[in-house]
Amino acid sequence: MSTTLLLIQTLNGLQFGVMLFLMAAGLTLVFGIMNLVNLAHGSLYMMGAYFAAAATSWTGNPLLGIALAIPAALILGLLVELITLRTLYQRDHLDQVLCTFGLILFFNELARVLWGSAAIPMAIPESFTGFVTIIPGLIYPKWRLAIIVVGLLVALLLYVLITHTRLGMLIRAGASNRAMVGALGVNISLLFTLVFGLGAALAGLAGAMVAPLLSVEPGMGDPILILTFVVIVIGGIGSIRGAFIASLLVGLIDTVGRAFLPALLREAFQTQSANTVGAALASMLIYILMAAVLFFRPRGLFPPKGR
Amino acid sequence: MRVDLRLLLILLVVACLALLPVAALLAEEPYWMRFWSRIMILGLAAAGLNLILGFGGLVSFGHAMYVAIGAYTVGALRHHGVEGGLPDILVALGASAGVGLLIGAICLRTSGIFFIMITLAFAQMTYFFFVSLEQYGGDDGMRIASGTQLGPLHLDDTLTLYYSAFLLLCGVIFLTWRLVNARFGMVIRGARSNEQRMAALGIPVFRYRLTAYVISAMICALAGVLLANLTLYISPAYTHWTRSGELLIMVILGGLGTLFGPVIGAIVLLQLEDLLAHITQHWQLFLGPILILVVLFARGGLLGLLAPRQVSQRPAEEIDG
Repeated sequence: MSTTLLLIQTLNGLQFGVMLFLMAAGLTLVFGIMNLVNLAHGSLYMMGAYFAAAATSWTGNPLLGIALAIPAALILGLLVELITLRTLYQRDHLDQVLCTFGLILFFNELARVLWGSAAIPMAIPESFTGFVTIIPGLIYPKWRLAIIVVGLLVALLLYVLITHTRLGMLIRAGASNRAMVGALGVNISLLFTLVFGLGAALAGLAGAMVAPLLSVEPGMGDPILILTFVVIVIGGIGSIRGAFIASLLVGLIDTVGRAFLPALLREAFQTQSANTVGAALASMLIYILMAAVLFFRPRGLFPPKGR
Repeated sequence: MRVDLRLLLILLVVACLALLPVAALLAEEPYWMRFWSRIMILGLAAAGLNLILGFGGLVSFGHAMYVAIGAYTVGALRHHGVEGGLPDILVALGASAGVGLLIGAICLRTSGIFFIMITLAFAQMTYFFFVSLEQYGGDDGMRIASGTQLGPLHLDDTLTLYYSAFLLLCGVIFLTWRLVNARFGMVIRGARSNEQRMAALGIPVFRYRLTAYVISAMICALAGVLLANLTLYISPAYTHWTRSGELLIMVILGGLGTLFGPVIGAIVLLQLEDLLAHITQHWQLFLGPILILVVLFARGGLLGLLAPRQVSQRPAEEIDG
């Protein structure tokens, strides 16, 4: 187990983490402000990936494809919010879970109808193919590095948006006391739609950026959705800061755990079964982390104040 | 003259279920029995979930885990050469009670959305645990050599399985009826309405909820034993999160906190899937929106639609529907 390998896996974990953050930021805002459990967030991610792949084969330019996927996901998100989710804000979580579960079934099948069951390949943008030398002896794929940079930039932008703008102030106020913000004359329903659109665009961005790395296929949003929920629950629902820290934590623990835990156990116990136990334990790690966090802090690491 | 449509529907369903094998034998369509066995088995699991979801207000998004534990018990015992039926049932009940006690004790510390998510997390852990069990087929799952045998009863026989599922289902519904109308059920339902008030009355809500959670886990494990006998196959897919989602849908579809709701929900959901699958390959495209419409417009589920108006809101009275 060399240092280089560890560094590369750490970067991979970071890349996974920032991608999770793009998903988690939208989900945690939607939950924090509108009190809506949106299982269909993973579908927006999947549709973002499909939009990027489709727009790429249409324009011939992956960068343009990704750029087009973001507004497309935004529009789709707004449509979903206006048509179905709007009526669900006052309902209990159970109704929301079921309704958005129905949306998942619908979108997965829609993708199958429109683009087929087989995975669609998508090229990495030309200027980002190949590797870059970070420090001598450590080379890393350019595109993954680009994802990390974009993810961190988005995090910075969100930070500025939330803490230094009027919209951000309203979002924070909405997260701590919805009714009071409405009573002060703010158009809550417009704010909801805006926030949902923002979350959808971020999910679309995440899907579009990882589309060249993964296979674009129906149902690709489901595993990432569960992980995103793990992230926002660990971070404390409604907290962007919590989502950021928890994303990186989950990304790093999951990636590094999968890469090294089987080998570590094998060295420690010298048996063949250590390998399979290690692999199983590695895929369970983040869920164990989540259960542990909830056991000691039932409302997550950074619960928003005032509720 | 007031006719309780719900009661009529329920009597009709029970009569049909009891007589279905006769029709299936006459029509020489044994597939009907297998299909309806599946419906009743999933209905049984949904009835187990309903105990904590409908009456306790605890949204568990991981109950497929206990169905899988029941199924894997049968698979594992047969794999290690343990024949006979009693061990299947006892081990399944014991394992689900043990796991349920442990996981329930952790999960019930949280509430609301956190409870939904932590139950989901444990179901995911179980999923990956079963995937890692390579001696039981790992990712692909494993065939089971023979079913559960209780004396002369061979549960892997179609007709035997059908009536076992039917009787067990009736038994569980009867048990639920006794349970929710007893003091125990009053506490569970009271805690759903107002946990603080129950605690203020000096009732240890946590213990009652944990007991209900464990009972519901054991019912689901029994359903798992039957499911293993139906398919003679086990796979980690049994504890996939979409399976837990389907159980939730059955309960909601039929009517939350009604005795027969989960069964009605299972019948409607599986029939709907079957029907749509016959019409189009892309049946999920239509099932999704149908679910959404049911959630948006049929509050109280299908039994709620049929309920006489003043009966829909009465948390503290006798539950008979």
